[in-house]
Parts: sequence; structure tokens; C-alpha cells
Amino acid sequence: MALLEIKNLHAGIKDREILKGVDLTINAGEVHAIMGKNGSGKSTLANVVMGRETYEVTSGSITFKGLDVLDMDPEERAREGVFLAFQYPVEIPGVSTDYFLKAAVNASRKHKGLPDLNAAEFIKLIKEKMALLKMDPSFMRRAINEGFSGGEKKRNEIFQMAVCDPTLCLMDETDSGLDIDALRTVAGGANALRGPDRAILLVTHYQRLLDYIVPDFVHVMMDGRIVKTGNKDLALELEERGYDWIGKEVAAAI
Amino acid sequence: MTELMEDTIQHISNFSRFNQEAMVNPWIESLRKAAIERFEQVGFPSRTDEAWRQTNIDPIAKSTFHLPGEVSPADAQSLFDQFTFGNDAVCELVFINGRFSPELSKQDELPKGVRLANLADKILAECTAVQEHLGQFAKIEENPFVALNTGFINEGAFLHIPRGKTVDRPIHLLFLSIPGEEKTISHPRVLVIADDNAEATVVESYIGSTGTYFTNAVTEIIAGKDSRIDHCKLQQESLEAYHVATMQVQLDRAAVFVSHSANIGSKLTRNDLNVVLNGEFADATLNGVVLANGTQHIDNHTLLDHAAPNCPSHELYKHVLNGKSTGVFRGKIFVRQIAQKTDSKQTSKCLLLTDDATMLSQPALEIYADDVKCTHGSTTGPVDDDMVFYLRSRGVGLEASRHLLTYAFAADVTRRIKVEPVRRRLENYMAAQHGLPQDLRITDLGSHDDSARNM
Repeated sequence: MALLEIKNLHAGIKDREILKGVDLTINAGEVHAIMGKNGSGKSTLANVVMGRETYEVTSGSITFKGLDVLDMDPEERAREGVFLAFQYPVEIPGVSTDYFLKAAVNASRKHKGLPDLNAAEFIKLIKEKMALLKMDPSFMRRAINEGFSGGEKKRNEIFQMAVCDPTLCLMDETDSGLDIDALRTVAGGANALRGPDRAILLVTHYQRLLDYIVPDFVHVMMDGRIVKTGNKDLALELEERGYDWIGKEVAAAI
Repeated sequence: MTELMEDTIQHISNFSRFNQEAMVNPWIESLRKAAIERFEQVGFPSRTDEAWRQTNIDPIAKSTFHLPGEVSPADAQSLFDQFTFGNDAVCELVFINGRFSPELSKQDELPKGVRLANLADKILAECTAVQEHLGQFAKIEENPFVALNTGFINEGAFLHIPRGKTVDRPIHLLFLSIPGEEKTISHPRVLVIADDNAEATVVESYIGSTGTYFTNAVTEIIAGKDSRIDHCKLQQESLEAYHVATMQVQLDRAAVFVSHSANIGSKLTRNDLNVVLNGEFADATLNGVVLANGTQHIDNHTLLDHAAPNCPSHELYKHVLNGKSTGVFRGKIFVRQIAQKTDSKQTSKCLLLTDDATMLSQPALEIYADDVKCTHGSTTGPVDDDMVFYLRSRGVGLEASRHLLTYAFAADVTRRIKVEPVRRRLENYMAAQHGLPQDLRITDLGSHDDSARNM
């Protein structure tokens, strides 16, 4: 059984349809990249899989581990193992990262019938993942993303992803706004999560990230549909030639 | 107009009785007399007065209140036990229905030279510091409630910190209200004088658990050169009670004043907090948090009067309004022509938890100097959807996310409170309101928000 199965997904905001029939199958152990121009619908797809209520799903289906995801609240999806690393993580003044993460981790554990992590276990987990993302420990006592630079926010997302230990990692434009050192660190964190039981879906505008997190499949999204799928070489080709040739190919096929 | 006269009469007749009983001293008598005459002349403010447009004080004006009699300390014991600072305070003066309770008060540990006493103490009437300051800053002409309070000046707190002295633990003024058979009125009065380079933390708590009564408080704080006053006010009156208070603060050169005001109780509240930055480099921070529910109406008027150059001031007020409650915030920044290089920033934020709650927020800038930096911002709205989604996407439930964000919104102010018993009380109160565990570790966060500093 596929880990994630999206069939003929249509979704949008109010009267505007953004996703116009997306089909995508992701198996455990795979890394997929979705590339496309701004406005092609790739971020919408990641947000719809996570359950953002801004978007209305009009038809189609999403199943994750065989569960009908469209019937589940975002927190239920998260507890089942879906994680979205946001393109624009919000700042939440007044809530410290450690308090929030502990609440998140324990909500998932409760869902799985596991006891809460005690303080010592939680600190051990946090320290290990912070080292992975090369983060300053003081950062745990800071409010979530408050006053963080763009790079720090992205690093925080991947750190949280490592702590939450999801089965499906959705990474929405994680590379944007990162300098090369931060990009390497963040990619290192994501690569550490690669494994036979887990899948990663990268949404990106640029090929650059894919030098560090090498995908098994590359999909091109255009006007709300996946119009072409290939391997990592497709990303290089897109970098070189842009997207227009695919548009022409698609047009020719019709 | 006739009606207005009727409203004032009961207070005038209260005054005649009171003035015969209260301490006899010619200058205090004349201070009271002038004040009550002023009150008799102007009466209660009406909603046509600009400053009172958003708060209807009819429920106060049209109620009959009696001056309270003696309450035995035993009747106040349980409320006292809940709100005393114990050893967290260096001194604690306790008042029951406005009357000083020596039995419950603790007065013994002050540094040498620092004076803290009940204002009604007869010796104080002879004290020049009191004579020179009492009633000189909170003007009876400015506010009828100040006039009414001044007419009844008797009990309350007098604190004098002499030059160069520091009181390192908080001084707690605890005003407890215990309902009797009649509706009572009290006029607590506080006078704080910090001489040059003196430092102290003063906390005023106004507490009641049940009953209808009216607290009409006035506080004057005079801070000398290079002095520092940290002030906290906790207003947790009974939900049937009325609370009106004016705090008038005068800052001399390079004096630092930090105010934290928390309003969670009372049916109808009006606070006027006026700070005059009267010497160069004086520095004022006014932070406030309002947590209202039901039909509570809580009005905060603040004035930052920049009367000298090079003074910074910062203000952050946060309101969490639930049920059908109403919040009013009017923050005025007044920059006189002489006050060049003023740097003032005001922020007012409101979280509306229901569609029936109302926030009236009105910043007001009046600037006569031409080289100043003044900013203000005001936001009102429900809990932010993007923040809720962020928390939910990490597995935190919808309700829990809303509660956590509401808590955090207010904790942004409470975490700045240095007085541990006040901060803890507020945070535990908020946690209880939102079904969150007590003593959350989300408090002592470093601030990256420069709208109000962590002082």
C-alpha cells in the first residue's frame, strides 16, 4: 500500500480552483520533489494535504496509510505522522518553542497510546535534534519564531520535523531565503530523516536544494496539475531550460 | 441636571458625617472641603464629557453607597490568606473596606529611613512631605472622582523613600473589600514619594470576592531625580463591584517609572493613569493587561505627558475580551513644545474571543514639538487563524491551540512583571480560565518585541 495516495484532487479558494486534478502516489522510503513556477499550485497541494481550512477540496481523494485524510482535522493528520514544514512559519509571541514542542510530541504520543515523555526524556530528545540542526540551546526558551531571521525560521521547522518524527514530511519551499551554509544544515537535517519507513515531499522552485536532498522522483506542476514526472535529471534540465518547453510539450500532447 | 444633583447629595451628606469623625487637622480639612465643594459643583461626569464618552457611570452615580463601618479582621482572614504576599513582601499594609487593619498588616522590615504608614496616622498630618505633596498632583479640577476621593481623604498608604535608599522587595498595599448588609464606598488614597536616586517596588491590590461596593481610589507618585519606581496594580474586585481609580505620576530628571496594570475583576472599571515626564531623560513604561468576561466593562485611559526633552516612553496594553464584555483603551501621548527628542511608542492589542465582545481603542497623539518620534498601533481581532493552523499542524488540538494562543497573547504582558507573586497569580488565573496546566513554562521568554521593554 502506498504511504500517500492522491487521486484526481480538485481544491481552491472560494470560486477559484487552484488544484485541477492532481494524481500522486508516494511510497515509504521515497523522496519526491514537486517543482513548478509560482502560482502553479505546489504550495497549495502541501497545505491541502496538511488540512489548511482556507482551501476547499471539491473533489478527489487523499489517503495516508490507508486513512481518508480529508475526513481528518489537521491535528489528527499530524498525530498520524504528517508534518508540514511551512514556507512562511508564523511568529507566535509568548509561546516558547520547548513548551509547544512538548505539547505537540505528547499529543502524538497520547494518540498512539504512549505515555507522555518526562522532562528528562524530552530534554534528551531535544538536545539530540538541536545538535543535528546546529542550533543554540537558548533558542528553546524563545518564543516560536519571534524575531527569528528567515533562515532561523526554516531551521526551526526542520528541527521540529526531526523532533516530531513524522512518517510523511512535506517541505514547502524550505530552501527559499537560505544561505548556502544554512541550506546544507537544513538539508543535512532532512537527509537524516530519510529511511525505509518514511517519505519526503519537497516543494521547491529551484533545483539548488535537490543537490543536497537528492530526490527519487521529480514532478513538474503546471496550472494545478502534475504534467511531467522524471528522476533527478529532470530537475537539472528544468534549471537549464526553464519551464516553457514543458508547457509546449503539454500543449502539443493535447 | 436635577438628577445629577440628586446623585451627589448622598456623598455630600456622607461627607458631613465623615468630616466630623475623621482626624482633625486644619490643612487636611481645607483640602477635603475644597474637594467636596468641587465635587458638589460639577457632580459626576456625564457621557457628553469627552473623557467619559465610552463609559457609562450611571450605575455608580445612581446607586446609594454608605461609608463602611468596622469589619473584624477575622471576617477578612480568608480573602487575606489568598492574596497576602507573605514573605515575598518586605511590608504589607492591609485595608478592609478602605480602613486600615493593623492586625493583618506587616510593617517591620523596612530599611532605615524608609517610612510607610497609614495616611490617617495623626503624626503624618504634621509631616511636611505629606503637606507638600498630598493632593498636589492628582487635581480635583481634572476629574470629579478625584475630587470625591480627596473630599474623603483619610486612610490609605504613605510611603517615603529617602534619597539613595533602595527597598529591594515589594511593598504591598492590599485593599480588601468584604460585603456587609449595605453597599459601601471606600476612597483609598496612596501617596508615594521617592527622593533622588531612591528605588522601590510598590504593588496595589484591590480585591473582593462578592458583593456590590464601590472603590474610588487615587494614587499619587512623585519620583525624584534618578529614582526608580516599579508599580504593579492588580484589580480583582468582586464581579458586582465598581472600581474607579486615578494614578497620577510625576517624574523628575532621569527618573524611571514602570507600571504594570492588571484588570480582571469588577463589573465596571475605569482607570486613569497619568504620567508627567517632567525632567529630561525621564523614562516611563506603561504595560497593561485586561481579561474580561460576562458583561464586564473595563476602561483604561492613559496619558503620557512629555513635558521635558529626551524622554522615552513605551506603552503596551493587551485586552482579552470574552462573553459580552467591553474594553476601552484611550492612550494619549501629549508632547509639549519643549519636549524635543521625545521617543514614544504605544501599542494596544485586543483579542476578541466572541462576536459579542466589544473593544473601543483610541490612540491620541497631540504633538507640539517638531523633532520627536511617536508611534502608535492598535489591533483588534479574533485568534489568528494562521497561528492556530501552525499549532494544529504539529498535533495540538483546535481548542488547546486557541487556549494556548489566548494565554500567550496575555502572557506577553504578564511575563514582563517582575513581581513574582503578581505574575504567578495572573498566569495561574489565565491557565485556569483556559483549562491549561498551572505554572506553564512559557513565561520567562526573552522579548524581541521592542514595543515595550522587559524591565
